[in-house]
This record gives sequence, structure tokens and C-alpha cells, in this order.
Amino acid sequence: MTAEAGLAALWLAAALSLLGLVLSVLHYRGTLDADRSVRAVAIVHGALCLFAFAMLLVVFARTDLSVALVAENSHSAKPFIYKVAGAWGNHEGSMLLWVTVLGLSGAALAAFSRQLTSRTLVAALGAQAALALGFHGFLLFASNPFARLNPAAPEGRGLNPLLQDPGLAFHPPTLYLGYVGLSVAFSLAVGAMLTGQVDRILARAMRPWVLGAWIFLTLGITAGSYWAYYELGWGGWWFWDPVENASLMPWLAATALLHSVSVLAARNGLKAWTMMLAVIAFSMSMVGTFLVRSGILTSVHSFAVDPTRGAFLLLLLGIYVTAAFVLFAVRAGSLREGAPFEIVSREAGIVANNLILTVILGIVFIGTLYPLMVEAVAGEKLSVGAPYFNAVAGPLAIILGVLLTVGPLLSWRHESRPVLRKLRIPVFIAAIALAIAFFALPQASILSKLGLALAAGLLPAALIPLLRRNPFRAPLATWGMAIAHAGAAVAIAGMAADSAMTIERLTAAKPGERVEVGPWLVEFVGVTPAAGPNWTAIEAELRATRGGGVHVMKPQTRFFTDPPTETNEAAIDTVLCGQLYTVIGRPDEDGRWQLRLWWKPMVTLIWLGGALIALGGLFAFAGHARRAWRRRAMA
Amino acid sequence: MMVRPKHQRLVLVILAIFAVLGAVLLAMWGLKDRAAYFYTPADVVAGKADPGKAMRLGGMVQKGSVERDPDGITTRFTIEDGDARVSVVFKGIVPDLFREGSGVVAEGRLEGRTFVADNILAKHDERYIPPQLGNQAAEHAVGKTVRR
Amino acid sequence: MSRSLRFLPVAVVLILIAAFVWRLANPPDSTVPSRMVGRAVPAFQLADAVPTMPGFTSAELATGKPRLVNLFASWCVPCIAEAPVLKDLKRRGVAIDGIAIRDRPDDVAMFLQKNGNPFQRIGSDPTSRVQIALGTAGVPESFVVDGRGVIRHQHIGPIAPGEVPTILAELEKAR
Repeated sequence: MTAEAGLAALWLAAALSLLGLVLSVLHYRGTLDADRSVRAVAIVHGALCLFAFAMLLVVFARTDLSVALVAENSHSAKPFIYKVAGAWGNHEGSMLLWVTVLGLSGAALAAFSRQLTSRTLVAALGAQAALALGFHGFLLFASNPFARLNPAAPEGRGLNPLLQDPGLAFHPPTLYLGYVGLSVAFSLAVGAMLTGQVDRILARAMRPWVLGAWIFLTLGITAGSYWAYYELGWGGWWFWDPVENASLMPWLAATALLHSVSVLAARNGLKAWTMMLAVIAFSMSMVGTFLVRSGILTSVHSFAVDPTRGAFLLLLLGIYVTAAFVLFAVRAGSLREGAPFEIVSREAGIVANNLILTVILGIVFIGTLYPLMVEAVAGEKLSVGAPYFNAVAGPLAIILGVLLTVGPLLSWRHESRPVLRKLRIPVFIAAIALAIAFFALPQASILSKLGLALAAGLLPAALIPLLRRNPFRAPLATWGMAIAHAGAAVAIAGMAADSAMTIERLTAAKPGERVEVGPWLVEFVGVTPAAGPNWTAIEAELRATRGGGVHVMKPQTRFFTDPPTETNEAAIDTVLCGQLYTVIGRPDEDGRWQLRLWWKPMVTLIWLGGALIALGGLFAFAGHARRAWRRRAMA
Repeated sequence: MMVRPKHQRLVLVILAIFAVLGAVLLAMWGLKDRAAYFYTPADVVAGKADPGKAMRLGGMVQKGSVERDPDGITTRFTIEDGDARVSVVFKGIVPDLFREGSGVVAEGRLEGRTFVADNILAKHDERYIPPQLGNQAAEHAVGKTVRR
Repeated sequence: MSRSLRFLPVAVVLILIAAFVWRLANPPDSTVPSRMVGRAVPAFQLADAVPTMPGFTSAELATGKPRLVNLFASWCVPCIAEAPVLKDLKRRGVAIDGIAIRDRPDDVAMFLQKNGNPFQRIGSDPTSRVQIALGTAGVPESFVVDGRGVIRHQHIGPIAPGEVPTILAELEKAR
């Protein structure tokens, strides 16, 4: 019954999205005043999607093996929390989550938007309904999550063991809130371009959505990076995997959009840029969804390869993106120009920031799709990986970081004061850091040394806007900006440190032997079998000391039975200034075991920085929300 | 320097075009030397692969060719594709599915007549790996591996 | 200039869509057929792995009826997980021969005592010679061998309970 209820809700929701679209079109053309109806339809639509998703959670929680999706992806022996997480750990379920977030976002837009003119809001809700309609079609005709299995399966085929992990259980929903949250920015942009109302009111309506989605994307990408780091056992934290890139590209676009929409809100400027970025950001989300689910790019994250699903998604993607770009091409000319600004001004700083972010976005995009294009055109197979991305994006990121130090200090419209003087101390600190890096880390790359210096300078520079008589009276949004930029400095420090200061040892050791890695002395005690609820493992015991106490670490090679897989469970010990990362490999005939050990100073700063960036976003969100609430209370 | 509103829009458009062009040019520059072509042993023996350049070598692990050096971490083996053979040396932990007689793709570069591998991607057996999220072995599904 | 320039992004999008369509229609080919299937079992002679059970030779695999050959070891952890599945197969009438890889008689005996003994014969392969000849480098691994000693199916890794029907089907096909 539960599955049928969910399916019925989905059908109803699809019908409502069609109704919403039709009503919006009629309202836009002036035939009908459908403002209240369109809002109501959007809200009910969101509720129905949520209900359908809830039904999916229920069948997974109950391990209802008469539902095909549960039979394929779950198992009665799975811990409860992973049973529930299994609902979105597969193509159909995650697509339903996608559509649910789409529906709920539309509902929230309908319920809480007050300042936009009725015409623009209804146009935006119509765009959102059009998006929903297409994806509902995809769900119902090509990816039904509620299909039944008759007779019911005696046992499930098991959730992939790599998903039995708390971090990973929550990584997809966080990312989806980000990807799909950007749909509202897209719809608002489409609506505003249709009605011509691209102004500060639009910016103020769009900004919380961009900020919210961006916060979730930042968290999702940070969490995903940390998960890959400790789960895949390679010691790396970013692999430039096509699907990682697919999550990075919307983030890059959203970051540029975030800054651009601030200019639109504050100064009524950068209208065309903001509209274009809003379209690009969600287009990147859709391209990402397509890449992951169509099988045209292989990676860790690939879902089931199904060309018909891929074709359907490509059709949707093609229609939406082409339509939005055409709309932009037609309407961009008629957007009224924004307020002027000088070359030395905050707007100019943000333009520079956007330019660099766009270039990085373009580079990542080209690098990700280059193998496909080359094979299509020339038939050659090649791969593009870290060497390309690091070489090209790295220096650009450094330049962006340098701009970050000075941008927030510039005034709107025209900066006439000698701002560079404020940066004396940060520049001095950066210079010292650079000198120390050259002296102490001769073997490190230039890029990582520059990164360390940049981080050292950027951190104090980010806090300068807070330097006033009473920092606590600074607006929340300013705190947000300072924390986010400081977070960027922290993350850059971590990345540069990982590149410059990591020490690796790869060795074959007999039990009882000792291995040195950096300041650590690691004793390989031995290997024993271990077992868990649905796995068996070979576990090594390592005792590491650094002069102080003993840290016991137990890396494993783990074997799951259903489905049969082997994973590497690295043992990671976190101390104040870094992490000791250990992996066990194969034995050989002489009884020696392969061990791979890394000492990674300051590596945790990478993810701490990411969390700080998200936190800064949260402060900014709170600041804008409070100001909007106050404005409304006074009106 | 104050830019008139009309010119400002033009300047912004030009900057946007520069950004896109810049991205394309930078990408082309980066891809020139850092895109890794995929070769089979036959290609290598025929001299098609440039020594020293990052590339991928794919084929079958020749039976009986896998040896471990005394240091315990260096593995040597031969990749073949019917007629041609290339010796490969790899320092590191070999993935579980790496075995003789199975497909493999090695990433690295050709040094002299030996291929020095930085990374080994073992080919997985289609029926064995569920095409689901995050399977560590599935991550290494790669381009065309040689058929017999 | 403006007008055509503004439609440039649309053109780029259309080119990309064309590339995606091409890729969908020509998916990357990444299949590798199993190498041992269809070939006769390589010649070997295996001594007893444990005193209480006979070893066997490759010729003795051609019994006229399909058999399952299972490579295992006492030090192989997934083999422990596979043991109940092999017992189940034995209960269903499947004849199973085992090959103990790089193992010692005492350890093999202990393994059989703890995890049950589904085998009719167990050969000892202390140097992995037969294992390599069969084209495998890991345990456990199983082969369906038909009545004439030809390998008809190769299963890498432990046989999971859900895969029993596949194994039975392959044994049936090998008749």
C-alpha cells in the first residue's frame, strides 16, 4: 500500500506541475489572474513530493522486499540507519530526492516571497513548474522508485559496502539541497528576464536561495572530499574525478553568482552577469546529474549505466538549458544598465573575482569533457587528470586568493583612500611565510610555497573589515564575509601544506619491525582477522610514537560478502598538527606485509577551512534574514 | 578613471569574452602536454607512444609474469595484447583485482623499454561488480581493454 | 556584433549536446571476456592437502559430470564466509573439489574442522603453481568444469548466497 501511495502522490504531483505551468503561462499573458492559484499549486506540489519521498523512506526502513528498489539495494542485515540512507543511495531514490527538493523549493518560494511583483513571481514559479514537470516525467517513465516485485525477493542484494558510512549517507542529501536549491535562482532569473524586472528587489529575493544552496554545496563538497580521503585509502583528498568536477562546477558558478547578486542588490549593477550566472549555475547542476547517471563518463560515483535514461536526461537538459540561453540572448539587450563604477571599486573587485572564477569553471569544464570531445571527433582515447587541473587551476586560484585580500576593503563605486596601506601587516606576514617556506621546504613546489604565503597573508587580511571600535557591532553579514574569507585562507593553507609537507613511506615489513615516517616511529605489531556485522577483515596493529604516548592504529583490508567487494579501511590518527594515515596492503610469501604510511601536517585545515566557509555563509544568511525581517517589521 | 555607463556595459562584455577565450587558451595549453593518451602494447612496440609523456597502457597481464622484488613493494609484470609485450614496473599496493590473465590499465610513462607505472587500474569483471555508487573496484572501469 | 555574440553560448550548448548524443549512442566498450572459459583445465597433479582426503590430478576432473573446483586457503578470510555456501551447494548435489593454496596440512585440517568440509577431494598447491596456471592470483575462486575437463565458468571471489542460482545454472549448462 505504501509504495502505491507514494506512486499516486508522484502522479498527482506531476499533474499539478503541469497545471502550475499552464496557469503561469496564462497569468503571464494577462489572460488570467492566477497569482493565488499558482502559489497554492506550488505549495501542494511540494507537499506531495515530500509525501512520496516519505513513503520511499518507509519501505526502505521496513525492508519491504516486494518493492524492486529495496530488493536491489538493501538487505535485512543492514543497520537501520543505513537501510534508511539506502533510500537515496541509488539512482531512482536519489532522483526522487532531487525532485522532492525541487518541489519543496518551489513551495517555499511560493509561500515566502513577498517583494517580487506578482508577474515576476508567477513567471518564476512557472519556470520551476516546467523544471518539475520534466523531471517528474523522467521519474515516472524511466526511473520509477516504487515498482513492485512479484513475488517478493527472499533477500535484498545488499547495499554497496562503501555506502555504509555515516559521512557518505548524508553527503548526497546535502549536495542535492545545494544543486537543486540553485534551481530557484535559475527560475527567478528566467522569470525576471521574461518580465524585465531585473533589479535590487529580484536580487534580494534571489540571494537567500543562492546563499543557502551555496552553503549546502560547500558542506557537501567538503564532506565528500573528506569521505574520499579516508575511505579510498590513497591519501589524496581530491582526484579531479569527473563527478567530483561535476559538483565543483556548480559551486564555482554559485560562488560567482553569490558575489554578483550582492552587487545587484547593493548597487543595481551587473544585471546581465547575474542573470547569466544564475542560468549557468543550475545548468551545471543539471549537466552534473546527466554525467553521473548516463554512463558517458566513468568514475567512482557512476550510477547504473543506462543509455535510455541518459537520453531522457539529455533531452530535458537540452531543452531547459537551450531555452534559458536563448531567453538570455534575446532579453539581455533590453536590461537597463546598472549604476556605473570605477576601476578601483568593490564592484570592479567582484567583477575580477567573477572573471577568475569563470575562467576556472571553464578550465574544469573543458578538462572534464575534453576526452569525450576528442573521442567523438578524432576517435582517440585519452584521459585528463590531476596534472592538467592542478597546473592550470592552481595558479589561477592563487591569483584569486590575492584579489581576496584587497577586494573586501574597497568601497562601492569608487575607492579613493589608500587601501593598500591597510594591508601592510598581512603583506609582511605573507613575505615572512614565503621566506620561511623557501628555506624550510626546498623540495616543495613553487605553487605550494605560494599557497602557504598566500594563506598566511589572507587570514589576517580577511579579518580587517572587523577591525573597528567594537567588532561585535559589525553587521552579521560582515562577520559572514570575514569568516568565509578566513576559511578560504585556512583551506588554502591545508591544501598547500598537504602538497608541500606530506611525508610518505611505502614498505614491506614483517611483524615486529619498525618504520620511520617523518617524526613518527611506527611499530608493526602483527595482523589478525577481524569481523563485523556483514564483513570480515584482515586487521593490522600499528603502534606509533612521536616521543610522547603511543597511538594504536588498526588499518584493515575488509571483505564484504554481499555484494562481494574488498575495501581498504585506512587507520587515521589525528593529532593537533596533522594526521598519521596508515594503509595495509598484501602479504608476500616471506610473511612481509605491504604498509603505506603518510604523515600529513596540517591536512585537517582543508576541511576545517571548508566548514568555516560554510559557517561564514550561514552568518551572512542570518544577517540578511535579520535585516529583511526588520525592514518588513518597520514597513 | 570614470567609465561612462554605456561604455561600462561594453567593457564588461569584452571582459566576459576575454574570460571565456582565456579559459579556452589556458585549457589548450594545459592539455597539450598533460592529457594522457591510451595505448596498447602493440602501439608501444610500433613506436607510437612518446617516451617520458604521461600515458595509459592497457592490455592483459601475461600469465607467469608477475614478480615481486625483494623489497616487497615493487611489482614487475608484463602487459600483452596478443603479439606485443611491454614490461611494467610498479611501486605500491596493487589493487585486489589485479591478477594474471586479467585486464589491466597502468598509468605512468614509458622510460626506455619499460613502462614505469604510477597507478594500476585493474579491470573488473562485469558480472562481479554491481553498477552502483562508490564501488572501489568499479571506479576503475576504463576504456577499451584488449579482447582476444 | 552584440546580437550574434549573444547567441554564441547557445551554439556552444548545442555543440555539447551533440557530443553527448554521440557518446550515448556509442557507449565506451569496456568488457573483458573471461580467459579460461572454454579451455581445458591445465595439466596438474596435486598431492593430498590433508591425510584424510585424497588429492587429485587434472585428468581426474573429467568424471563425465560437471564439477565445481574451489580454490581456498586456511588463511583466506573470505573463504570462511564462503564455507556455508559451499555446504549448501554440496547439499544440493554438487560435487566439489578443493585446492588448498600455499597452505599446511594442520591448518587446512583446522579450517575444515571449524568451517565444515564440502569437498570430495582436496589437492595441495603449496607454491601457487596450479593457481597461476589457472589464471588466478587470489582466493577464493571457483571454476565449473564439465565432464570432459573443460572449464565452462569462472567465478572470482567468494560465492555469495545470492549467486548460488547462477552457479547451479552454469553447472546445468555444462552437462
